[in-house]
Amino acid sequence: MYEFEFKRPGTIADAVAAIGAEEAQLLGGGQTLLPTMKQRLAAPAVLVSLGGISEMQGVCTDDAGRICVGGGTTHAAVSAATAESYPALSHLAGHIGDPAVRNRGTIGGSLANNDPAACYPAAVLASGANVVTNTREIAADDFFEGMFTTALNDGEIITEVKFPVPVAASYQKFLQPASRFALTGVFVAKFAGAVRVAVTGASEDGVFRWSEAEAALSADFSPDAVDGLSVSADGMIADMHGSAAYRANLVKVLTKRAVSAC
Amino acid sequence: MPKDSGIGASSKRREDVRFLTGTGNYTDDINLHGQAYVHFLRSDVAHGRLNKVDTSVAAEMPGVVRIFTGADFEGVGGLPCGWQVTDKHGNPMQEPAHPVLAQGKVRHVGDPIAAVVAETAAQARNAAEAIELDIEELPAVIDMKEAVKEGATKVHDDLDSNLCYDWGFVEENKAAVDEAFEKAAHVTSLELVNQRLVANPMEPRVAVGDYNRATGDSTLYTTSQNPHVIRLLMGAFVLGIPEHKLRVVAPDVGGGFGSKIFHYAEEAFCTFAAKALARPVKWTSSRSEAFISDAHGRDHVTKIELALDADNNFTALRTDTYANMGAYLSTFAPSVPTWLHGTLMAGNYKTPLIYVNVKAVFTNTVAVDAYRGAGRPEATYQLERVIDKAARELGVDPVALRRQNFITEFPYATPVAVEYDTGDYNATMDKLLEMVDRDGFEARAAESAKSGKLRGFGVNTYIEACGIAPSALVGQLGARAGLYESATVRVNATGGLVVMTGSHSHGQGHETAFPQVVADMIGIPENMVEIVHGDTANTPMGMGTYGSRSLAVGGSAIVRATEKIINKAKKIAAHLMEASEGDVELKDGQFTVAGTDKSVAWGDVTLAAYVPHNYPLEELEPGLEETAFYDPANFTYPAGAYACEVEVDPDTGKVTVCSFAAADDFGNVVNPMIVEGQVHGGLAQGIGQALLEGAVYDENGQLLSASYMDYAMPRADDLPSFQVDHSCATPCTHNPLGVKGCGEAGAIGSPPAVVNAVVDALQRGGHNVTHIDMPLSPGRVWQAMNG
Repeated sequence: MYEFEFKRPGTIADAVAAIGAEEAQLLGGGQTLLPTMKQRLAAPAVLVSLGGISEMQGVCTDDAGRICVGGGTTHAAVSAATAESYPALSHLAGHIGDPAVRNRGTIGGSLANNDPAACYPAAVLASGANVVTNTREIAADDFFEGMFTTALNDGEIITEVKFPVPVAASYQKFLQPASRFALTGVFVAKFAGAVRVAVTGASEDGVFRWSEAEAALSADFSPDAVDGLSVSADGMIADMHGSAAYRANLVKVLTKRAVSAC
Repeated sequence: MPKDSGIGASSKRREDVRFLTGTGNYTDDINLHGQAYVHFLRSDVAHGRLNKVDTSVAAEMPGVVRIFTGADFEGVGGLPCGWQVTDKHGNPMQEPAHPVLAQGKVRHVGDPIAAVVAETAAQARNAAEAIELDIEELPAVIDMKEAVKEGATKVHDDLDSNLCYDWGFVEENKAAVDEAFEKAAHVTSLELVNQRLVANPMEPRVAVGDYNRATGDSTLYTTSQNPHVIRLLMGAFVLGIPEHKLRVVAPDVGGGFGSKIFHYAEEAFCTFAAKALARPVKWTSSRSEAFISDAHGRDHVTKIELALDADNNFTALRTDTYANMGAYLSTFAPSVPTWLHGTLMAGNYKTPLIYVNVKAVFTNTVAVDAYRGAGRPEATYQLERVIDKAARELGVDPVALRRQNFITEFPYATPVAVEYDTGDYNATMDKLLEMVDRDGFEARAAESAKSGKLRGFGVNTYIEACGIAPSALVGQLGARAGLYESATVRVNATGGLVVMTGSHSHGQGHETAFPQVVADMIGIPENMVEIVHGDTANTPMGMGTYGSRSLAVGGSAIVRATEKIINKAKKIAAHLMEASEGDVELKDGQFTVAGTDKSVAWGDVTLAAYVPHNYPLEELEPGLEETAFYDPANFTYPAGAYACEVEVDPDTGKVTVCSFAAADDFGNVVNPMIVEGQVHGGLAQGIGQALLEGAVYDENGQLLSASYMDYAMPRADDLPSFQVDHSCATPCTHNPLGVKGCGEAGAIGSPPAVVNAVVDALQRGGHNVTHIDMPLSPGRVWQAMNG
């Protein structure tokens, strides 16, 4: 790790001011950034921690019934707070990484990083959540722009994420054996009018919606509904843990399992 | 009734108190006054010509003490290889130089190019980044079969080729083996890969070099399984320091699994630099560095063929193996695919004719050497896989086919040069089948099917050669070392004992098990015996711990030394009791005279030895301290039968190990709890190899699985609750304890059971899959099922 200046502002406004410094970098829970810095693969001059901003902490429900998660809320806190209100989200948050990751890592950090194998992007996209920043509110469909790429501008801070609560939902994660990130993960969310299916871990473009399955499941919400669909291996990740065809297979298998579990 | 102390008791591991309370003293806990830190600049290309290493800018960086490069080691010895293999033509293996820091070329990712010594570790690392390198990248040699083709790029320009040796064993049998294959009623053949593994002990390697300007003595603190071996290799072959001026200390060591046997460049560097700079120099490996600098394990590509007659008797076995040496010869690398592998190809079976061919190959990868089991897992895996395949091809029960071919009479001389002293392979198989309820398998399979899973049963046997090794024999086979073990037993005046052993404990529990032996022999409490190990300054010359040798060889040395102590103590006791020495008996710490009520206590005798007021000084020296060196007459041959049940999810290819049972014959057992722990650990590593672990290089020689993000270590929830048994004991006939060794068995015996079970599950599920290479990751299993 190279030397850096550390700042821990107490308000969003102070954080916005601090991130304006040259080569400044926002720090959420640090579960990706700190290992990267230790490897000397990242070298920010100023690290602006969001951990001291109380207005970005916690989980509540707004007037529209949406679950609103502060951008600095840890996975463990999300899991505990949503066990009754959104069990699928609670389960997802409660199974990210290990206890150390869950008690340091934050939802805002995970979404801003947009690791192609991260769990949260699937929940946000399948739920049709809105990502709130210090400047605007971004619909999930517009937020994720590919591997490690989002609609966020430099220095833009995720302050909150607003989750509409589906009638039923399930996240099925198939573990990569070493990292235990999602080799592929599928989040199925059934709303009154439609079904949304978001897939993480599989595509070279990061999290995506499987629209054919959404259409089929909106017409017939049963595991058999996706039987006739095929998932193309084109554009799927291929590595030592699985071929593109294998990941394409997992998309379908996990979607069926998620529907079954709803 | 289980014993509560001495041999056979599950005494609690006394060393665990300090390990579990954070009070152990590991090498990284050692910090010497004035110490500097070294950071190694390592090659990030697999193969290249070093045109320039410019340290001028780096040398001016803050805190830099001095920067060393390969030029500083010209005229200094290279890292030696401890075993010379002779090829099938009678020629010695090709043995390349292995400089401490790269000279002329870099040969694998991780090859150290320069070493920056600075006031802090961070300053050393910062300066290393400022070293300017000009490396002309050369084509990387990664695939072994490509490496030995005519015209392949050479890893070492001064060698004839990338072939280290082409070994035939037993060469004289080759024609007879080939003839047996021609006459065979059935031949089963199988091509397989025993994949490269990274040992990954919990504690990464550390070295601290120190130099005493007053005395001219050098000291190396290092994470080693065998400090005397390091002292000899480094002192005699690398740095030219005689043993009496060099001390090597291996304090608490957090696991080795073989990877800490070898002498590494970093150890030599820290010792060298400490003298050059006249201040201590410390290196602590990061986990990332460990992946590209610790010796790797396995990495064999094999074709095995089994010939059977019309009655399903094994008539001949033939193997053809490519064994990866990596870029340099690590300390014992050449012995692993030869003498630790070819000699075990008979397994538990009376196959009369065997021929083993091994081509050892240099590639632009990290060096490969012994890893838990070392050669024996590779032998067991291929043999037990081909037998299983044969059983399927012939439509016979895999257990019955094995039983039919078991060796049943002992001693048994195999056609591959070793003689098994004892064993009862049917007994361990009987015990295994009793443990696993094989009759209930169909019902369990039906239950699995209800949830869409395919259930499979896999079984195999194993044998290993432990208690390494008879020195004269291994000398004939090319070992450049003796493989005895030593012990000094020092009895103190008030009766307590200190046992100084040449064995080294890095998790095995020597500090508990060895006192059980000594205390049992004398009849005193175990806590009167203390074990000292790991420091060449206060232990006799010993060969260290690997190859499941500590109790069989090191323990035998302790027995011999303790026998000498008892013999002398009896003489003293006889004097004190005015009796004849021949009539003195020792029991429960009391010396008595047969047929009388005379007795003296252990403590009275030990006190007399050091306060010799009433003592036969004319006949006997005072004091009570004895040393013994024990050189084993033969290897020991632990053996057993293992079984595994798996469930395969056909949708995802995910394998779940439902149960695993191990019936082992370890001969006599000193501490059953420790033995069970060793088996549990071995099984975890073996199942880890079968399902999870694998070092993967790309075609450019970059290690893709270079961190725990991609290298999958087994975790508790990957494993079932093990069933282990060691009640079928046929004691070793040639060591005084009758013990065989248990450290490697689990890792040797378990991979074939898992793979056999998965193949069984798939075939029962209607899939025509005869083999899948390890690790049986979900992706690979699914691919095998879906063509």
